[in-house]
Amino acid sequence: MVEAFFIYFALMVVFCSVMVVSRKNPVHSVLWMLVMFFHVAGLYLMLNAEFLAATQIIVYAGAILVLFLFVIMLLNLKEEIATEHSVGGWPGGLALAVSFLLFALLAFTGFTVKASGKWSIQEVSRLTHTKALGKVLYTEYLFPFEVASVILLVAIVGAVVLAKKKLKS
Amino acid sequence: MSILEAIFQPGWVDTALKVGIIVVKILVLIAVVMFHVAYATYFERKVIGRMQVRMGPMEVGPHGLLQPIADMLKLFFKEDIIPEKADKPIFYIAPIISLASAMSALAVIPFYKDFMVANINIGLLFVLAMSSLASYGIVLSGWASNSKYAFLGGLRSSAQVISYEIALGLSLVGVMMMSGSLNLNEIVKAQAAYPTGFYAIPQILGFFVFVVAAIAETNRAPFDLPEAESELVAGYFVEYSGMRFALFYAAEYIGMILMGCIASACYLGGWTVPWYLIKILPFLKYVPGIVWFVGKVYFIVFCYYWIRATLPRYRYDQLMSIGWKLLIPLALLNILITGILKVIF
Repeated sequence: MVEAFFIYFALMVVFCSVMVVSRKNPVHSVLWMLVMFFHVAGLYLMLNAEFLAATQIIVYAGAILVLFLFVIMLLNLKEEIATEHSVGGWPGGLALAVSFLLFALLAFTGFTVKASGKWSIQEVSRLTHTKALGKVLYTEYLFPFEVASVILLVAIVGAVVLAKKKLKS
Repeated sequence: MSILEAIFQPGWVDTALKVGIIVVKILVLIAVVMFHVAYATYFERKVIGRMQVRMGPMEVGPHGLLQPIADMLKLFFKEDIIPEKADKPIFYIAPIISLASAMSALAVIPFYKDFMVANINIGLLFVLAMSSLASYGIVLSGWASNSKYAFLGGLRSSAQVISYEIALGLSLVGVMMMSGSLNLNEIVKAQAAYPTGFYAIPQILGFFVFVVAAIAETNRAPFDLPEAESELVAGYFVEYSGMRFALFYAAEYIGMILMGCIASACYLGGWTVPWYLIKILPFLKYVPGIVWFVGKVYFIVFCYYWIRATLPRYRYDQLMSIGWKLLIPLALLNILITGILKVIF
């Protein structure tokens, strides 16, 4: 049963990704990407990562993709719709993708399953995923977490500075 | 294990029964909610009528009680007009996205003790995720209609919904911190165990931010700029007619009811009554929990109408500065205060 769901989600992710890059209309691409994000969230759910699944929808589908849509609409790409596919040079891309797949397959054969650590599936579901993630993030990985937040802050400040510059001129 | 084995293994009767119960729950919920949507329109017209010293609908049935049914029949039989230059697939999908995102969020609302379609640990996050999808229906309908009014309405709305979503999410963080859970069922139980019996009193700042953000999130007056009649005719759904228009309408009212449900479950104690009220009036404990829950939701929905009848529409720049310069800092302050209080006590 679990395998059937996994196969469905995995195939849909691949299918939607192909649809995203092959649509002529960028708005349709964004919609296929929305469907893809939902299936990625489904994969997270299968890994008992319910918090990640919810944030996947809130952050990617709810915020970032809406911004994509916003930009596409503001630029009004009605003319671009008539043009050919936005992906040129797909043979090169395909070759790159196949070589990456081979590389990944070779790498994955080297993986071995070790004894599970402190955070087993039972432990995570007992604590609930949100709590477990919070505990690990704010104790063990506090420093990388803070570094990431500072980097994001820099990006926000940079965006504000750029926007203000335009207003003055 | 193949799918067939999974279905025909010994426990499959149990699984089928569980799925069957969930399906029945969903059907009951949809029927009840659609009935509420129909009569929420009637209630709104009556309340606003009375506030403007009018009678409201009076013609169809006694006191106009059959008005929603007449409206529904009319919308069913109206011609479905689709603009020639519209992007047809997206034009069809947009109202469905609006309605589906509003309805699926209802799955995690605890209507009374342990009665919810899906008792999941991330209930509150699920609601936020679904309400963040509502903007797709609006922005896509605005774009697909290929009309300037609809497009402007869609753009306004997407900017508004994204801005107020942040305040909405941050205002609920205080509740999450106090209850220590994202499960709405657990949040209500934590409130019943709390001295005041509900979180609206210690979380008064969060409650204020939530209510204002909820009004903006559902595009209701005084923040109904996406559909400002005097500027944009009807905003994003100006090109929709018949059933598709009705879907948008239903989505807006379900959104209102949903916000009422969240306010009821997160701030007003859900299906519970504060213990001191039961101490004063002991007969109150015989009132079923669903009555309390629904009563609180009706109160919030009434406040929506009250605000609509009282306040004029905001200007767009005012709307944005309220969202970013007032509500978000207030919500952050609320989180800070809640955190400090939690450390002290």
